[in-house]
Amino acid sequence: MDNVYSLLAFVLLAGMILGSALLVVTLRNLVHSVLWLIVMFIGVAGTFLLLNADFVAAVQVLVYAGAVCIMLVFGVMLVQRPNMEHSNPINWRFKLAAPLVGGLFIVIGLLTAKSQLVVSGQEVPAQTVQALAPILLNDFVIPFEVAAILLTVALTGALLLVKEVKANGNGS
Amino acid sequence: MHFDFSLLTTELSMFILGLATFVLGLVVPSRSRRGIGAFALFGLLAVLGLTVLNWDQQGVLLNGMYLVDRYAMFFKILCLSTAILVIFGSLRYVNEHLGNHFEYYSTIVFATLGMMVIASAGDFISLYLGIELMTISFIILVAFRSQDGKSLEAGIKYLLQAGLSSAVILYGFSLIYAATGTIVILEVAHATLQGQASPLLIAGMVMLVAGLGFKVSAVPFHMWSPDVYEGAPTPVTAFLAVGSKAVSFAALLRLFVAGLAGVHQQWDILVAVLAALSMIIGNLVAIPQTNIKRLLAYSSIAQAGYLLVGLVTASPAGIKAVMFYSFLYVFATVGAFTVVAVVYNKIKSDEIADYAGLVQRAPLAAAVMLICLLSMAGIPPLAGFVGKFYLFSTVVSGYLWLVYLGLIMSMISVYYYLRVVLVMFRDDPKDPAPIEMGSAANITLIITMVATIFLGIYPNPLSEVANSAAISFFLK
Repeated sequence: MDNVYSLLAFVLLAGMILGSALLVVTLRNLVHSVLWLIVMFIGVAGTFLLLNADFVAAVQVLVYAGAVCIMLVFGVMLVQRPNMEHSNPINWRFKLAAPLVGGLFIVIGLLTAKSQLVVSGQEVPAQTVQALAPILLNDFVIPFEVAAILLTVALTGALLLVKEVKANGNGS
Repeated sequence: MHFDFSLLTTELSMFILGLATFVLGLVVPSRSRRGIGAFALFGLLAVLGLTVLNWDQQGVLLNGMYLVDRYAMFFKILCLSTAILVIFGSLRYVNEHLGNHFEYYSTIVFATLGMMVIASAGDFISLYLGIELMTISFIILVAFRSQDGKSLEAGIKYLLQAGLSSAVILYGFSLIYAATGTIVILEVAHATLQGQASPLLIAGMVMLVAGLGFKVSAVPFHMWSPDVYEGAPTPVTAFLAVGSKAVSFAALLRLFVAGLAGVHQQWDILVAVLAALSMIIGNLVAIPQTNIKRLLAYSSIAQAGYLLVGLVTASPAGIKAVMFYSFLYVFATVGAFTVVAVVYNKIKSDEIADYAGLVQRAPLAAAVMLICLLSMAGIPPLAGFVGKFYLFSTVVSGYLWLVYLGLIMSMISVYYYLRVVLVMFRDDPKDPAPIEMGSAANITLIITMVATIFLGIYPNPLSEVANSAAISFFLK
């Protein structure tokens, strides 16, 4: 971190992300969880901005905080239920999970503190968008195309499973 | 930038086949959709022929991001053979239990394409996307019988498992990237061989063991597999048990033996312990099972343990042993699951008790089941014996305890495999009516049986192919 302000911003954003993520999993009402999820995504976008990745931050807000959360709300809306009070069931096995995850977190933190991270040392380009297209369509063309196939398969599969349930409901 | 498209012949033709299957399914009237299975089958056969013809074509694309070597070719041929056997053996099962859905075939083709990408991936992003393409296709296939609660439950369980293991794998990739500054596996290898074994790299390595441990269903990451294997449609279970497991081993070998060779000292004991645990738990928990699919699931956990043994030494012999064993595992597993599918077609049950007197009702099915189970147990002269011999001979010096453990556990496995055989051959059937299987299933069963016996008696050809593939792995 360059200066005290970016450090402060990072600490605030990290607190925001962790706090809202905890609320997402512990709140009983699914709609409230989705709202806190939006806060979490915006916090992640903030950390991207701190790293000078402005395009990724914008995509994070547009796609995750915007589109993904709206789809989640639609999903909640279309599933019929009498009330929203216990729509997000939670398994309170904190006694087991908390020490496990906490221990893992501490171990990884210690290992990170001990090891030397590889830093590229290059300046961040002033325009981050222009460099993306050549990267996607030259160096990463195979993963890029595989991702396209992956989305096609996921889409047709989701349609197939949903269509089947509907036909079944009408039949019986 | 030079880009040699001819190296991607297999992947491109698989992509075209998948799309063609899907589009054909959309345009033909629903009563003639039965032919889609045959179309996909012949398409896969053509791609298999093309891949075998291109065996000598090797190269590296995009600065090491995509590796087309014999090692990758071997696993591509393995996946194609599995897909062909699975489709061929279960044409009737699919028509009767899954409806004439063309999506079933196109999804199988795309899952196979994902496996090919995994086999060839030279960097973390291609590898991850290959894993996701395969996994998402499998989620759809596992939940395909959406009228059936068990199938849906299996689908949800597989989905959760897939999400969790993907997250763990990605975390591992990001830690390794932070420690080495590269995502290309061969560059990671350079970094680790120059002695950059930072603690962060070790943490990433442990994450990869865990994440891929889920994919190969090694103990203690195996909890999902019996439920998913039981609930999924039987042909999908066979494909999952063979294809998904084999390419996950391909990824493990690529990541650990090629990429993390420099920190071999840190991971060999970890893998050895996982192998030992998988052999012990898989074989012991298989004993009380009453459902044949759950029994085969626990047996496949034990098989993952045997295969992990080949990884421990990070030697060419170990790679060759893993490749050899996973290829013959294709025939034994697909054979056993095809029998399960054809029997289910008739008696609508997967309970071992209902297999009573199968030898009188369907002699071929009972014989194939016998051969496949004995091969999995490693009884000579069947293929499984040779495979286990190759696997365990790699660890004789240094890990002798693992060899003893493997031998003891193989003996225990004979007990529960033979229990199934006993029910099939000794008991009298409740209903003596013969089970009619259809010629496609018959031919598949004969192919798997002949291959299992042939590879046991004369393993040299496959062994030499696996050898040359393992050598190509080390030239890079």
